[in-house]
Amino acid sequence: MRKLKDDVLLCLIYLAAFFAEFLLIGILVYVFVKGFPHISLHFLTTVTSVLEGTVGIAGNLVNTIYMVVLTLVIAVPVGIGSAVYLNEYARPGKMVRLIEFTTQTLSGIPSIIFGLFGMVFFGVTLGLGYSILTGAFTLSLMVLPLITRNTQEALKTVPESYRSGAIGMGAGKWYVIRTILLPSAMPGIMTGIVLAVGRILGESAALLFTAGSGYFLPRSLGGWFHKMVESGGTLTIQLYLSMEKAQYDIAFGIAAVLLCMVFCMNLLTGLLSNKLGDTTDGRG
Amino acid sequence: MVRYRTDTRTRTVEKAARIIFSLCAFTAVAAVFSITIYMIANGVPAVLQAGWKEILFSSVWQPAAQEPSFGILYVILTSVVGTFLAVLLGVPIGLFTAVFLAEAAPGWLAAVIRPAVELLAGIPSVIYGVLGMMILNPFMYRLEQRIFADSWTHQFTGGANLLSAVIVLAVMILPTVISISEAALRAVPPELKASSLALGASPVETIFQVTIPAARSGILAAVVLGVGRAVGEAMAISLVSGNAVNLPLPFCSVRFLTTAIVSEMGYAGGLHRQVLFTIGLVLFVFIMMINGILSSILKGEKRQ
Amino acid sequence: MKKEYEDRADRNEKRLLAAMILIIGLLAFGSRGSDRQGSFGQSNRSTPLRGTVTMAGSTSMESIANALAEGFMNRYPYVMVTVEFTGSSAGIEAALTGSADIGNSSRRLRPEEKAAGAVEYIVALDGIVMITDAENPVRELTKEQLSAIYQGKVRNWREVGGTDRAIVVLGREAGSGTREAFEEYLELEELCDYANELNSTGAVMARVSSTPGAIGYLSWDVLDDMVAVLAIDGVKPTADTIRTGRYGLSRPYVMVTKGGMEEQSEAVKEFFLYMKSGEGEALLKNAGGILVEAVQ
Repeated sequence: MRKLKDDVLLCLIYLAAFFAEFLLIGILVYVFVKGFPHISLHFLTTVTSVLEGTVGIAGNLVNTIYMVVLTLVIAVPVGIGSAVYLNEYARPGKMVRLIEFTTQTLSGIPSIIFGLFGMVFFGVTLGLGYSILTGAFTLSLMVLPLITRNTQEALKTVPESYRSGAIGMGAGKWYVIRTILLPSAMPGIMTGIVLAVGRILGESAALLFTAGSGYFLPRSLGGWFHKMVESGGTLTIQLYLSMEKAQYDIAFGIAAVLLCMVFCMNLLTGLLSNKLGDTTDGRG
Repeated sequence: MVRYRTDTRTRTVEKAARIIFSLCAFTAVAAVFSITIYMIANGVPAVLQAGWKEILFSSVWQPAAQEPSFGILYVILTSVVGTFLAVLLGVPIGLFTAVFLAEAAPGWLAAVIRPAVELLAGIPSVIYGVLGMMILNPFMYRLEQRIFADSWTHQFTGGANLLSAVIVLAVMILPTVISISEAALRAVPPELKASSLALGASPVETIFQVTIPAARSGILAAVVLGVGRAVGEAMAISLVSGNAVNLPLPFCSVRFLTTAIVSEMGYAGGLHRQVLFTIGLVLFVFIMMINGILSSILKGEKRQ
Repeated sequence: MKKEYEDRADRNEKRLLAAMILIIGLLAFGSRGSDRQGSFGQSNRSTPLRGTVTMAGSTSMESIANALAEGFMNRYPYVMVTVEFTGSSAGIEAALTGSADIGNSSRRLRPEEKAAGAVEYIVALDGIVMITDAENPVRELTKEQLSAIYQGKVRNWREVGGTDRAIVVLGREAGSGTREAFEEYLELEELCDYANELNSTGAVMARVSSTPGAIGYLSWDVLDDMVAVLAIDGVKPTADTIRTGRYGLSRPYVMVTKGGMEEQSEAVKEFFLYMKSGEGEALLKNAGGILVEAVQ
């Protein structure tokens, strides 16, 4: 009887694990089989034209790049700064607890709420309207905890002796942070950034009401700058919109492109965390 | 070669650095604070205007009628029931997978499955919605036609119903549940397991009666995080749930808090729009409660 | 060494400062909202037209708005046209608050919107067509049957002359211009019992085409052969029957600006002129808009 119970439970455990695996393989195969036939140079390098009846996602690709770069430009310095403050400046107390609690809260807020907030705050109050910049500000709040937390973890692994040694030699705190701490924490920071990029690539609910759905390419040199305050739908937004409109070809084409990107991001995270492991092992 | 310096310039730099870093740190506080303020400022006026009983405890949602009614009771219920069912379905599978990865899997197999789980976590939620719409909905419709073949009162939904949404949600919380419970299971001291085995318990008994109870606060945290993810998910389920306001029954087309916002925010104006912000506020309150529970669990864990 | 350190520290400080200024600058730049730049000149211009035209509004008008935007940009290479599909009411509101130059709406303006300064221009007429999945043999319904189906009184195609198959009643979400027009036509304001409420024109098309036994309504201009059209009371929706009003289920497509034409930017004025030109009308027609003599 006891043996039977053990076997049943063990069976369930194996089933559950293989379920996860099959799910992934199923999703990948389904999306790639349906999506790859639609990916072509033309699909990737042109924008959809109603007049000519062709489809292309170049505009969405460009918007995605804008979104990733702008969000990182805003979020990375702030996130790193926040981690440095928590780890190097602040003394444990109410303030630190408040900051850590809000950072954790921020990572738990669903993206639709960020979308609502971004729409009324960045879009209406600051007057940015539907624009890539509105989306980038909204997303940077969303990815801030990822960068802060990963940087903080990395800073914690830098041995205390580095700090006391440098300070003892008369170096200022800022000098130590700049020349010793941040370089040593680099792999951790990079992990945070890669995770953030993954999050930005996949985001849709927070962008629908903030960045809009424009899909045209900028038309002049000035246009490339002005693009930041124009509406722009990322790949994921276009995927959602195409799906709604029953344009399955575009939808699965984009889905396959997105999965490739996510796959690369995951590989990168893996490599980075290996590297991080190495450095800490070497020093710890 | 760094010389000792006390000149004012260095001190200015140090001070500036300190100020800038602390400003950065307060961004998170400012963000949470202003999100809270904005959600309340935008969500409360409708409550004052239409009455909180009318909004929270009425089930009639007719925002564009001559005499509009903004009852979101069914919407709230749907989010609660849908999340509960998704957790009921997703957590056992996730926990068992975590047990497999932490305790039962040979190294090479774990090395294959773990990245797979990470990849599942990285897939954009819209893609889950797309797959749900293409695969799950037609399947559900066939099931629906079979079950309600003789019914004259059932409203056919074409497969876009609560069950589809629950399944999509369950799949989406899997990665979260798996990775966090696995970490918790791995943190259980090996001596504990060794003594259980030495006392004659079988490996499976050890897992279920020693390891899992010992890791319970971590597993609980995983469940709470899963709940948070399920409550907050919008785009994936907006593609599969049908979006009509109904009592959350398995084969009814339903609307969640999140999908209510997604589907009507574009077109809404006036009081209707404000009520959508009220829905956002309700969602926000749910999430803050979940966050509170989570942080108290984590605190408890630290104390242990 | 010390000098170098300080220099570097200085540079870093400056970099930080520069980054902050950049961000603040971007903020200020962006907060100007929609640009109303654009050179002066007549329609027969010597300097190329520059500037932007931003539209927001109805999802039903997607195909005509996109076609016009693309055609206009081909004609004037230095003009950027952006279109958001946020919904009619939101589009009108965007035009009124200035976050868009033109609001696209698939319903006429309400009195309070006119009072707030909105001015409407009817650009085309649209029929709302009833569609079902291609395999459904039913091709015609009476208005009464339609009304019964949408109130949930008839739940099987058998009852309206079809095969034994459940009816999946699909519609748009509250606030949609299409839904408003449809329910007004059947005199069923907020009385419809929908199984699915979908939030865009395309979504209705997608659902109906993939769900056996589904019925839904959408704009005439986005129709394609993935779905079958239902005639109402024996009248099929065509450009002719819609224009003459024999097919009763129709509504106008309007473009809304804040204030009259004279208050608009050069690019927006040119856009409206373009719409009235032969090229613009051809585009409208191709995209499925039904032209009307200006009913202002």
